Amino acid sequence: MNTRTDRRIRIGAGITAALLALGFLLGGILVLLVVSRQAPDIVALLGDPYVRSILGFTLTQAGLSTLLSVVLAVPLALALHRARFFGKRPILRLFLLPQALPVLVGALAVITIWGRNGVVSDGLAAIGLPRLDVYGLSGILIAHVFFNMPLAARLFVAALDRVPAESWKLCGQLALPPLTVFRTVEWPALRGALPGASALIFMLCVTSFTIVLVLGGGPAATTLEVAVYQALRYDFDPGRAIGLSIIQIVLTALVLVATLLLGRDPAGGFGTGGRARRFDARSRSRDAADSLVVLCGTLFVLSPFAAILVSGLAADLTRLATEAAVQQAALTSLLVAAAAASLSLLVSMLVLMAIEALRFGAKPDTVRRGARIGLETATSLVLVVSPVIVGAGWFLALRQVTDVLAAAPYVVVATNAVMAMPFIVRIVGPALSQANAETGKLAESLGLTGAARFVFVDWPAMRGPLALAFAFSLALSFGDLGAIALFGSSDFVTLPYLLLQRMGSYRTADAAGLALILGLVTVILMGLVERGFSGRREADG
Amino acid sequence: METDIEQPGASTGGAPSALRLKDIRFAHGGTEFRFDLTVDSGEWLALIGPSGAGKSTLLDLAAGFLHPVSGRALMAGEDVTRLAPAERPLSMLFQENNLFAQLDAFRNVALGIAPRLRVSKDQRRQIEAALSAVGLEGYSKRRPAEMSGGERQRVALARAFLQRRPLILLDEPFAALGPALRRDMLALLAELRKREGEPPAAIVMVTHHPEDAAPYADRVAYLEAGEIAAIGPTARMLSGKMDERVAHYLGLRQRQA
Amino acid sequence: MPTGFSDPVFVPYDYSYLAFVYDSETVTNPPQSLADLVSGDPEQKIAIEDPRTSTPGLGFLLWMKSVYGEEAAAKWEELRPRILTVTPGWSEAYGLFTKGEVPIVLSYTTSPAYHVIEEGTERYKAAGFEEGQYLQIEVAGTLKDTPHADLARKFLSFLVGKEAQSILPTTNWTLPVRDDVELPEAFSNLVSVEKPILVDPEAVAKNRRAWTDEWLQAVGAR
Repeated sequence: MNTRTDRRIRIGAGITAALLALGFLLGGILVLLVVSRQAPDIVALLGDPYVRSILGFTLTQAGLSTLLSVVLAVPLALALHRARFFGKRPILRLFLLPQALPVLVGALAVITIWGRNGVVSDGLAAIGLPRLDVYGLSGILIAHVFFNMPLAARLFVAALDRVPAESWKLCGQLALPPLTVFRTVEWPALRGALPGASALIFMLCVTSFTIVLVLGGGPAATTLEVAVYQALRYDFDPGRAIGLSIIQIVLTALVLVATLLLGRDPAGGFGTGGRARRFDARSRSRDAADSLVVLCGTLFVLSPFAAILVSGLAADLTRLATEAAVQQAALTSLLVAAAAASLSLLVSMLVLMAIEALRFGAKPDTVRRGARIGLETATSLVLVVSPVIVGAGWFLALRQVTDVLAAAPYVVVATNAVMAMPFIVRIVGPALSQANAETGKLAESLGLTGAARFVFVDWPAMRGPLALAFAFSLALSFGDLGAIALFGSSDFVTLPYLLLQRMGSYRTADAAGLALILGLVTVILMGLVERGFSGRREADG
Repeated sequence: METDIEQPGASTGGAPSALRLKDIRFAHGGTEFRFDLTVDSGEWLALIGPSGAGKSTLLDLAAGFLHPVSGRALMAGEDVTRLAPAERPLSMLFQENNLFAQLDAFRNVALGIAPRLRVSKDQRRQIEAALSAVGLEGYSKRRPAEMSGGERQRVALARAFLQRRPLILLDEPFAALGPALRRDMLALLAELRKREGEPPAAIVMVTHHPEDAAPYADRVAYLEAGEIAAIGPTARMLSGKMDERVAHYLGLRQRQA
Repeated sequence: MPTGFSDPVFVPYDYSYLAFVYDSETVTNPPQSLADLVSGDPEQKIAIEDPRTSTPGLGFLLWMKSVYGEEAAAKWEELRPRILTVTPGWSEAYGLFTKGEVPIVLSYTTSPAYHVIEEGTERYKAAGFEEGQYLQIEVAGTLKDTPHADLARKFLSFLVGKEAQSILPTTNWTLPVRDDVELPEAFSNLVSVEKPILVDPEAVAKNRRAWTDEWLQAVGAR
């Protein structure tokens, strides 16, 4: 095998993998189209004042949520990157946790802090101030910032970590004041990560459903995703549902393309956390400001978790932990999460290696670049395909050939796997790309192919990020309440589904306990996997 | 507490030494480092030795980028062990990334004397002069990406000398340049370090090209396994007569089978 | 079955009445009627479910429609300031209620029974309305092309059998469709419904879209 064949195999495998993932999503839509025999009338939809108003609201809330998350993440990332204190790594790990939290649990936890009867309101009332009223756009924004600002902060810290060590040394050596450091080093680094982070968060917010309804204060706050759900589940109008979904996908694709044009770093990247050494001149006021920012940011992210902890501890945890249904659900969740994470990792790696393989080759540069952007966009857009459509499509398709309930676990695993892809691509991509930049030419010239290339070039570079990616996708599907809400049954109960069931039958204490168990297992999983996978850790800087 | 401040006049010329590392100890990645070194005011010292011997570590310890477990560092008679890099009277150049990619040559140089990038008229003249001193007249507006490797290092040199610090640490800044260009840069360095009415700036230079050291360095130190294994006048060191290990490193003598 | 509901296809297996459940510790003057609720203090917030995504939400929409008819939209506008938020499902709304975010929530007449039996508290009560309560019936059926028609029929008869019917009230917290099921003590203290309200399914199917749009206009217009 020569390097050209190897490259072809890699590109072929990657494109196949991406097509499989897309096929899984589009397959659902296609089946729905066939079943309904009704072409979506997008023009009519766009003329519908109801659709127009929710379209406007969807974009407004997603845009504002993205802006706030990103703008607030900048000072936090800067302070986190600058500050050196014990517990920085746990904080950065904690920052991935909101994404892994079932949205319903997260939304209620946010309300425990920011609601009318929440901790902040109680504090305000105690000093004679009026209670907060966050229901409406402000509540949606708070919840979205809680879920996404930590994500942006991590992306930004990773970007700062990629700044060459010499730059930090020079800053220290030349005694550059904070503002100059920001202008010359920090901002250029952040600017590179900004489009990728914004695009990711925008996609996550565009499809928001539960948060928008619970905290939106009324139907004035309605997203396209709600309308899709309404069209499909309540009116069974697949044509309308698909039409709305297509509008959503196209709009998001436009935003994605815009960010691709804006930034050189479309995928962004997470990095594995705080390794840079900095030599900024120490100043008491600046240290204090940094500590304050880190404290506020961490408190903001941590407080809903504290709420989950407190209400969870009030539950009868011993009974819950020994309950057969809980153990069974936890086991099911673990299996689903492990299967989904492994599948997602496999597919994402194939896609990533194809993206890297496309950097070299005989085809014209524009063709290869186009293919790369295509693959990157495809792995991102999966975030905005409505799970309810995919679920309904596959439900209808599968019932032609098999028992839907028996197939349910596979559909849930596949959905979770696809939904984790954008994150995995962002975690592993930058490292792989860097490794290829450093050793790719060497590998080409030595004619390294196949397994040898994987072992010597790809694996060492991806090992650490892969651990994080695996841990993160485990956590994502462990806490998923999207696909399972459609496909769960008495024979197929995951921990979040059980939580939903308990909540749905008044067992709020049980639900709180389960939320705590879910959170704890997630933290333990992420810690264990990250440690076990990446082997010996380098000492922190 | 010991109050052993370096005695002025203990070394040549009556000036205190530019750099004094007193029994500095440091550990990293399983290697123990131990350095004891005096660089006189105005002296040019070259550091040679195999990779991993501790050459860059020594510079990082001197510059304050690494903190010793024990021992002290003194510069011009002052104890700098606890000082931040910015507070130490030195300039440093690295092998790469000496410039900030977002700033043009003028601003990259300006950072040496105007960290806030607010430049007075007088400073503007100084910066332009520094650029033309390194042969880059008219390069003010160029960004690092628009310059060759050699030009970028010249900009970095211009900045370092604009700072007029008594000690310059060079971590192989010319290693990536061709032989002729490297010689030009060294000649430039020798010219630039001269200071009116003062001894020239002391230089500590890490190099993988010992022949570079020959025309300029006053002394050469050979590092091995985290220690200065040998140090002496350049000619004697490079002849390999001073130390067996140096001779082997320089390839002047085969090790006995 | 109340209202004499029957269906040629589906078997009703339990039912319940929608009701506004309130926290008696903070609500001293619970609404006695839908009219009370609509014209009540806007500072005393309520949480309801979204008719586009949840059955109790839709039930309340139909409740308002059958009580107020043409005036429903105006009444919704009057109620609007009291609505803290409209949740996608019952769980979220009830979660807000038990967290103390709202003192009144759209739930069922049977809700207080849960709190009495499982938590031993009479703090949460359902408000009976003069206009009557909306009826929500849960039904089951068999698929036409099921290969296990016999099993399906067996399950349906189990579902309406005495054993299943006596389990449902304290698990699903709904009322049994059989008269011969003995209910726990707490159920006898529930709001007794004299005027069950039910919009017939065909009318619902025909008008739901229009009524939902009307609701969106009244509650959602910015």
